[in-house]
Amino acid sequence: MAQYIIKRLLYMIPTVIGISIVSFFVISLPPGDFVDRMVSERQQAGETITAEEEEGFRAIYGLDQPLPVQYFKWVSDVVLRGEFGYSFRWNRPVEELIWQRLALTFFLSLTTLAFIWIVAIPIGIYSAVRQYSLGDYVVTFLGFIGLATPSFLIALVLLYISFKYFGQSVGGLFSPQYIDAPWSIEKFLDLLSHLWIPMIILGTSGTASLIRTLRANLLDELRRPYVTTARTKGLPEYWLLIKYPLRHALNPFVSSLNHVFVGLVSGEAIVAIVLNLQTTGPLLLDALRTQDMYLAGSFILLLSLLTVIGTLFSDLLLAWVDPRIRFR
Amino acid sequence: MAEAQLPANMPATVEQASPDRGYVAASQWKLIWWKFRKHRLAMLGGIVTVMIYTVALFADFFAPYMPDQYASNFTYAPPQTLHLFKDGAFRPYVNGYKVEIDYNAGRRNFVVDPEVEYPVGLFVQGKPYKILGLVETNIRLIGPVNPDDPMYLLGADRLGQDVFSRTIYGARVSMTIGLVGVGLSLFFGILLGGISGYFGGWVDNVIQRLIEFLQSIPSIPLWIGLAAAIPVNIPPLQVYFLITIILSVLGWTGLARVVRGKFYALKAEDFVKAARLDGCSPLRVIFRHMVPSFLSHIIAVVTLAIPGMIIAETSLSFLGVGLRTPVVSWGVLLQEAQNIRAISTAPWLLWPGAGVVVAVLALNFLGDGLRDAADPYS
Repeated sequence: MAQYIIKRLLYMIPTVIGISIVSFFVISLPPGDFVDRMVSERQQAGETITAEEEEGFRAIYGLDQPLPVQYFKWVSDVVLRGEFGYSFRWNRPVEELIWQRLALTFFLSLTTLAFIWIVAIPIGIYSAVRQYSLGDYVVTFLGFIGLATPSFLIALVLLYISFKYFGQSVGGLFSPQYIDAPWSIEKFLDLLSHLWIPMIILGTSGTASLIRTLRANLLDELRRPYVTTARTKGLPEYWLLIKYPLRHALNPFVSSLNHVFVGLVSGEAIVAIVLNLQTTGPLLLDALRTQDMYLAGSFILLLSLLTVIGTLFSDLLLAWVDPRIRFR
Repeated sequence: MAEAQLPANMPATVEQASPDRGYVAASQWKLIWWKFRKHRLAMLGGIVTVMIYTVALFADFFAPYMPDQYASNFTYAPPQTLHLFKDGAFRPYVNGYKVEIDYNAGRRNFVVDPEVEYPVGLFVQGKPYKILGLVETNIRLIGPVNPDDPMYLLGADRLGQDVFSRTIYGARVSMTIGLVGVGLSLFFGILLGGISGYFGGWVDNVIQRLIEFLQSIPSIPLWIGLAAAIPVNIPPLQVYFLITIILSVLGWTGLARVVRGKFYALKAEDFVKAARLDGCSPLRVIFRHMVPSFLSHIIAVVTLAIPGMIIAETSLSFLGVGLRTPVVSWGVLLQEAQNIRAISTAPWLLWPGAGVVVAVLALNFLGDGLRDAADPYS
């Protein structure tokens, strides 16, 4: 196992390097840079900026250097000093802006993952054991709808329903009075009371696909001869189910964990924008639009790191559950 | 007769197939069709998919209005009900509108006025258009008999444009972007997956690591990042192709995995070995002998990949980093419904979303059925 973990950790290094390059590449793609945008904004406001001043701004922000130099400076700052650069738009170091939002994204993704498992496992079992029952059809139907609806559309429909029938807005992660308040028990409870809506919206498609996976896997297992053997030996039905078939059927569950987690972190961006959550999504979109490159790059880098760590975690979990993987 | 002993993975050729020889002599594609036909939901999905593409192709005929036709005196007009019968005879009509002034919000609201009736006809004359860009005509499937009468079956938007017509026109872009994106993904998927599976060794290793790497990047942030790089002032057609390229950046990985798996499995088969020993070139072995035996799988996987593309395009356009007006796609239309104020005054702006759901559902069912039928010998 130790050998497997080390091997897996070593595999991560090129991935992380690749991610940092991709992050930097993506944000340097748009033509022009932040200074161009700033200048055009100021010119619209009636100010005049001379070419020398423009170059001066570039020098201050380090934008006059060639891209590889900018990249290496950024990466070495991140690795050596934990500094992610400077957000031109917010006039603050990036690390002051990102950590809380990233933590909220992580927390939301993790709770959604838990939600998906808690909902999908019992429903999946029910759907397989009572195959072709009314409940199974209902679940399958809802599952298909859940898979087919983009998350932002569910969010919009929920927004409309809650506005129309409950007269309240469901956006945000905190009540207004807690947004800038320091962390406290009350703030945390307030967070929990707001969290369930984005959790359901974000979790719908994941839940739907996991129910389908579990149902299919469990059905395959239930047709195996060993189940019949156990049944003829008089094992109680629920014990028969839990003892072997379910454990078998959960295996692909664990292996699909990383896909689900990547999907959550990625889907979170768009749901957060619709519901106006204080997570990474809205700020990332804003940063990309204004070419606030260090902020955008840091977000893409850290979100990707989050999924890489999630993948590592699920791989280790799978190796722990399934010995065949460890020795391959 | 001992005809049931036909080897499992040797498709009978078409020349042998004749109706009276029945099941055993049927070609592979015939067997797939027979198996597929039994899958009710998949058949339904297939029919709906064909219908959506037909409507998209002849959008001008099915939509009552042009997508950019606006009426500033009918902003946010609510949907009308289409009444089919009047006095027991088939005489379809819609009701008119009357204006109510909402003093609190300070705006005019349109409400349906049951007193006024506007006759609606089939095959009426509307704005002229060209069928498939060739034949000029102005016949439209449905519309008000008097072209100046308002008819908003799914309501009107901010500019008084017909949501129904725009949803129909939106199918064009939204449905084809999935096809083009998947086509592009398929090209790279088969190329790289094929190389990976056929040659194996370190080439395989490098490509597999690349795929794992791309799959570990959260897709939506990456897509937003790439899409935000599209300059604002380039023509819509270029934006369209750039978006498909962006979607394919991650899209090919899943297809490449499937292709590689199939290549690996088939490489060891006797007929492939035989072809190679006969001196066939690698390209001939791949395209003449291997591809036909997993083409059906590829078609199924491709069908299942289209919905993801459609959802991705819709999401990007909705966020304002994908396609933009004047292009009409479901995502662009949903942008109108982005804030709670718009949704609460005009919930019918969500109708294009129904288009997305129906299209994705139909394609999913179709793909599921194709996947089950792809291997008719199992």
